[in-house]
Parts: sequence; C-alpha cells; structure tokens
Amino acid sequence: MADTLQTLDYAVLQQCMHCGMCLPTCPTYDATKHERNSPRGRIALMRAIADGDLAVSQAFADEMSYCLGCLACQTACPAGVNYAELFETARSTIECAHAQPGAARSFWRWLTLRLIFTRPRVLRAAGLGLRVYQRTGLQTFARRTRLTRLLPPAVRRVEPQAPPIAGAFSNRLIAAHETPTGEARYRVALLTGCIQDLVFSDVNRDTADVLLANGCAVDTPPVQPCCGSLHAHNGELDLARGLARRMIDLLPPDRYDAIISNAGGCGSHLRHYGSLLADDPVYRDRARLWDTKLRDVQEWLASIRPRAPKAAPFDEPVTLTYHESCHLVHGQKISRQPRELLRLLPGVSFVELPESSWCCGSAGVYAITQPDQAEALMRRKTANIGSTGAAVVATANPGCHLQIVRGLREAGGSAIVLHPMSLLARAYRNERG
Amino acid sequence: MSSALSLAPLLAGIVGESNVLTAAEDLVPYGFDGTAALRQRPAAVVFPTTTAQVAECVRLAIQASVPIVTRGSGTGLSGGSVPAAESLVLCLARMNTILDLDLENLTLRAQAGVVTQTIDQTVAQHGLLYPPDPGSMRISTIGGNVAENSGGLRGLKYGVTRDYVMAIETVLADGRIARFGSACVKDVAGYSLKDLFIGSEGTLGVITEVLLKLVPRPAARQTMLALYDDIEAAASTVSAIIAARIIPCTLEFLDHMTALCVEDYAHVGLPTDCAAVLLMETDGHPAAVADEAAKMAAIAREHGAREVRTARDEAEALGLAAARRNAFSALARRRPTTILEDVTVPRNKLATMVTFIAETAEAHHLEVGTFGHMGDGNLHPTFLTDERDADAMARVHHALDAIVTRTLELGGTITGEHGVGLAKKPWLRRQMGDDSFEVMRQVKHALDPNGLLNPGKMFD
Repeated sequence: MADTLQTLDYAVLQQCMHCGMCLPTCPTYDATKHERNSPRGRIALMRAIADGDLAVSQAFADEMSYCLGCLACQTACPAGVNYAELFETARSTIECAHAQPGAARSFWRWLTLRLIFTRPRVLRAAGLGLRVYQRTGLQTFARRTRLTRLLPPAVRRVEPQAPPIAGAFSNRLIAAHETPTGEARYRVALLTGCIQDLVFSDVNRDTADVLLANGCAVDTPPVQPCCGSLHAHNGELDLARGLARRMIDLLPPDRYDAIISNAGGCGSHLRHYGSLLADDPVYRDRARLWDTKLRDVQEWLASIRPRAPKAAPFDEPVTLTYHESCHLVHGQKISRQPRELLRLLPGVSFVELPESSWCCGSAGVYAITQPDQAEALMRRKTANIGSTGAAVVATANPGCHLQIVRGLREAGGSAIVLHPMSLLARAYRNERG
Repeated sequence: MSSALSLAPLLAGIVGESNVLTAAEDLVPYGFDGTAALRQRPAAVVFPTTTAQVAECVRLAIQASVPIVTRGSGTGLSGGSVPAAESLVLCLARMNTILDLDLENLTLRAQAGVVTQTIDQTVAQHGLLYPPDPGSMRISTIGGNVAENSGGLRGLKYGVTRDYVMAIETVLADGRIARFGSACVKDVAGYSLKDLFIGSEGTLGVITEVLLKLVPRPAARQTMLALYDDIEAAASTVSAIIAARIIPCTLEFLDHMTALCVEDYAHVGLPTDCAAVLLMETDGHPAAVADEAAKMAAIAREHGAREVRTARDEAEALGLAAARRNAFSALARRRPTTILEDVTVPRNKLATMVTFIAETAEAHHLEVGTFGHMGDGNLHPTFLTDERDADAMARVHHALDAIVTRTLELGGTITGEHGVGLAKKPWLRRQMGDDSFEVMRQVKHALDPNGLLNPGKMFD
C-alpha cells in the first residue's frame, strides 16, 4: 500500500467512473449537497492531487477530516472502488505533506498515536489513571472547581465524553487459555482491542463465553498491541505496519482456525494486513494467511452453526433492534449474521431499525474533530431508535456503543445498549437457572 | 466573455455567501458528470433555492456574458452537464421540495432538484406510480430527467419522462419566467412549448419546476430471467413476445460480460456462464400478470432459452431490477474507463445490431459489454478501455463511428435516452440531415441569442 496519492497505483483512482451512485449513501453529502463532501467529489480531489493539478492544501485536509470514513460508499459502489484504501492514502498524504500545521496538534498526535496507542501497558496505565480520576471524586472536584478550564481546548471538549473505564481489564477477566466443557471443535484466538479492553472488558469476557459455549478453545494473550486501525485511519501507515507485524508475531495465523475480533472498527482494519504489508517480503505471506483467518465473531459463529440458547437473556420479553457498525456492514460486509444470531434469542422480538446502516457519527475520533456533524448524526440515530420502540439496542462496535449510549441519554431515551455477544452470553448463563 | 468568478460577490447577494463556491477544492468536483473522460473546471458554482433566485442569477450572468451550465446531481451520460470553460454552474440540488401531491387529479408538483426515486417513493404510499425509472433514479433529479427526457427500464410499456410531464416552469435566457402546459389532460392551447423544453438539455432555459402525471400502482408483478446460449435466440424471443401482443413492462438484455460484472457486484444470482440473459417483467392485474408471465416463459423456451427462472418474491424481483440498473457502473469493475453508447434501432433490427456490435468490437480489438432495453430497441454497448491509452481510445472512436453508421442505416437513432450533450454531438447532423439540423439551430438562436445557456452542447 502506497503512502501518498502521488505514488498510489493510478488504477485505484481510475476505478471511480463518477456515476454518482455513492451520493445518496454519503452522510456528509446528504448534509450539504456539495460534491466536495461526497465520495466521488473527494476522489476527484485525490485524482487532481495525483495529477498535480491541485496542492495538498489545508482545504483538502479539512475535507478528508470531514469524511467519516464510514465506507457506506464502498457498499453502494457498483464499480468496486476501494475507498478505504483511498481514504487512508489521502490522510497519509496529508501527514506526509504536513498540511495541517500546529504544535498542539503535533503534540497530541505524538502522545496518542505514537506513545499511548502503540504500547498496550502504557495504554492500560492511562486507562487506570482515568479510572482513578473518574472514581475517586477527582472528576467531580475538577469540574466543580472548574479546574478543567486549565486543559487545552481539544481535551476540554473530550473530557466529559471520556467513557467510564472498566473496573478490571480483559487480562483480569479472561485466562490466557480457556477450553470448553465438551470437546473443543475449533481453536481460536480472541483479540481484546483497545477501547474494548479499557471500557468494555465485560464484552470481551462475554465473547469468550459465547465462543466456549459453541465448542471453541479460546487463546487470549493478556497483553496485546493495538491493531493499528487508529493509526492507518489517521495517516500513520508506518506505525500501522509495525503494529500489524507485532500482532502477527503474537498470534501466528497458522496455529488457529480463526482469529476473532468483536469490534467492527478493528475487524475492518485487521482483515487487510495483506495489502498493508504487501511490500514486506518477510511478513507478506503470513499477512495474507492472517487475512484468511481473521473473522468477526458474529461472522465466525454464524459459519459454525451456533447453538440456540435455551434460556432468554431477560426475565421479561423485550423488543430489540440492531444498529450496524459502519465498519462491520460496509467495511466487512457483515450484515446478515448479527441478525441471525439475535433472532436465536428466546424472549426477544427483533424489529428492524430504520437506516440501520447509516453512520451514528462516532467514527473514531470524529466526535472530537467534527463535533457538529457527529452530533447531527447522533440525533438522527437516536430518533430512528426511538421510532422502533425497542428497549434494547444491539451493536457490535465500542465507538457506536458509547455514541448511542450518550445519544440516548441526551435524548432522554430509556433503551439500553448491548453487544450481541453480551446478549448471547446472558442467555447461555441463564440456562443454568 | 468574462468569468463567473467576478460575479461571486453579486451572486452571494442573491443566494447568500455559503451558496456560492469558488475555491479550487470546491470546483474540481463539479468538473464532470457521469460521462467518462470529459472534464472542465467551472469558474463558480451557485445553489439557488427558489425560481426567483434562479432568474436573478441568470439575469446577472447573461448581463456579464457568463455562460451558464445547469446541473442536478451530475449523473448524465452524454456530458450534458459538464461545465463550459469559465462558466457558472447553476446547481439545483437544493431546490428539492415536493410542492404538491394532488390525489384527485393524480399529479405531483416538484422543484427541479427533487430526486427521482423520492418522487416514486412518495407516491407509492398512496398506491400510485411515477413510471420513468432511469438507471440513476436513486440520485438523479427530476429536473435533469426532464431536461434529458430520460428513459428507463419500464419504457416499453410506460413510455419515457416526456409522457409524464404535464407542465413545466422554466427560466428563459433573459431571466423571464415562463410556464408551459397545464394540469389538464387535454390542452391544445398554442404551441406545445413544454415539449420543446423537455429534452432540450439545458440549452433553451433552466427548468425550475415540473408538474408530473401519476398512474395507479400495478397490483401485481412477476419477474423472470431467461438464459440463453446465443444472443440471437434472446433477440428472437423479444420479437415473438411483442408479436404475441404482450407488452411487458420490462424486457432487459444483458450479455455475458455484463451479467458477469453485475453478479460480481450485486450477488443476485445472475448466471455467469451464458451468452445472454433476458430480464422480463410484467405488471398489472394479478390474473393478467399470471397469464402473461406463463405465456412469456413458454415463448422464451420455444425460442431456445436454456432455462427460465421466476423470482421467488418481491425482494428478489427488486434486487434483480436494482442490479440491472447498475449494469453500466458495474462494467467499470473490468477496466479503468467505460465508454457507454446509447444507440437505438427499430425492434426488428435488434438481432442485426447486437451481432454487428460484437463483430465491430472484435475487429477493433476492443472489449465490449452490451446490455440494454431490448423491448424498445435501446442498446448500451459499453467499451471497456483505458483513457490513458491513446491507441485504444482511437480504436474506440473508430468502432463507435462504425456502430453509429450502421445504426443510421438501419433507421435508428444515435441516442435513445442519454441525450446528445458533448458525447454524441459529432453525429447529430448526420442523423438529422442539414435542413432539420438547421431548424434546431434556429430554435436555439431564437431562445438564446447570445448562446450562453449550456454552450457547446448538442451543436457548436
């Protein structure tokens, strides 16, 4: 995979024949009706840069920041344009050209992308620090005394949105090797993620339980690097390559029937290590094998004929709806399987969510970089959820999960949000009475 | 001729600053429409939201001798909305309000920027149908459809956009606002100037509002696929169906290459191992539909169909039609550049034409995918090539010329539904003949004496 648009294989850009079929599926075009804010408009800008007709300007950087990277266009595109690759190459081009100057921006990028999200132990330490801040009354104190005003503006905006850190991380909840009670039919590795590990370690536990209940022996290394999705998305392709190599070393793909991700955003990146490391003679072949083994947990379960739980996840019958994470439905084309799994749940009636595959506005750090658009999308999502009357919203990505919880809270909605694995795990647990 | 750029402050006075674009990053994405290999950056783009604003913008531009190119969603396939040099693009995408749905007279009044599919979805809730369904209907605007007189998959039975336009509102080249047609089914008052503007490709005026005719939505529909090992058998099936006095709503043809690409994109179960696929659809009263579907299936088998499949349910039927609508874009999976043609011949010349296209492609060493509306003789041979390969592009041009020549010999037309625009301009005079061509130029000159409305389209 090339680092810049200028060195990218031109055929990737040419694949877009500008028919416009992507326009109605693009949330930003929908908001402005400006071609520049549409997939084919952005590709036109990228092509102009590759052709040398346009500079890598601040305006281009702004545009690529405005793009959610939701990949709805990639699902809609009849011509098979690889927008994910174009998007990441464009953002990398911007970083290479230093089109977005500013010492503060550089510092925060260095702190997050280079320091924290490349070292799992540092990340957990940061998580611990945040947990202490949130749980000792320090947060309340800082807010009441307005100490938060001393924070730089970017952080001040994020501070109230920081998710509640879990009491225990995945390594405390899941043993490195766990085996099912009966015969182990498959051997799988479980990826615990970054945000998932810090905030939703219970979802990781639930995922392991569901895998065990379906005859999988589960390996979960206690310390795992970030998959590099965050880095690739933000124009740091070299860091992303380094993390991919570490991940492959940690979990050699030939040892497993499947390598399992339970976060839509991570999975979408994780299954493309092959193209990311295509120019690496040492890792190339293992990366390709990795891609064939990488499975979203729902995709994997659906393919091994999942066992229907005999008990209901809740005491009372509930109505449930499903929000599709963009990188699950558009990035990984997994749409049917989560619904199939949710329909297995006793005592649950499933209703379709209108615009289920329309982005909720979470989109990685989008809520921080583009708060207005993120807010508008969140409101649209919660209104759609409200229209279903569902008491439970299932979704399989931590970013969406947090965004929808926040949206429902602000809208005064009472629905709860759960990962499909948590719903299944509850049901399996209830079998024991 | 001055540039639209100098008008920006005045335009901002009419529509507000946020509705005028002049930065390079904003303009590059307006330099093309859905047509391959045609590009020209405009000098400014303006987004009016009312007819009055359109009229003011037009007056301003005309006074400054700035060319005006009207645009909807930019999905045209003949370069009709590709900007002229230094032009002002008048983008009507934000004029997207449905103004009235009259359930007593079965009409709908809409601003030009309403998306075609939105119109059909809106009327479907009331058991009505807006039949014209061009391939791009999910995003194309009704104003663009009227300006191009777009066709679609249902043309055979239901006709084209023109057949559903009862009245239009248009801003003329001098900024006056004219209205032609009425809500009356019968109306012979004066010249039918409404019909002059339909299909005028933005060269005579700016269509700002339309009044559309609606029909009852058919109660039943049956969709079938007939598979063939040779193309002529498919063509003879079409002729036999028409000869049996059956008018299906759809008779779509896909050759092997097209079926392959569409299946690769849409996964709707299209076979990828046969020479030709016919997508056949009949709609209407349930009893009539059942009867016609059985007859069509029998005719297909009699004429050599290897297999006839029937869609199990509405979802599968819709999936097949949607997949077919994306045929052109799906062909782009093969090669970097897709050059799409729109030649149309009388129905009884279809088999001849289809064979000629295949032979011509082979003779010029070109890859071609052909699909089209077989029921109405409208074919879309699509050359798969690379615009950076000058030699291949020259061969494409020679092949196109041969196909156009043969089409005209067979009594056909250079364009059935995409319009002349830039792409078909070289052949318009040849089809019309000198005198008829001159009449068109006189009409253009009478309505746009300064030649500032979509200059360079249709003729120079």
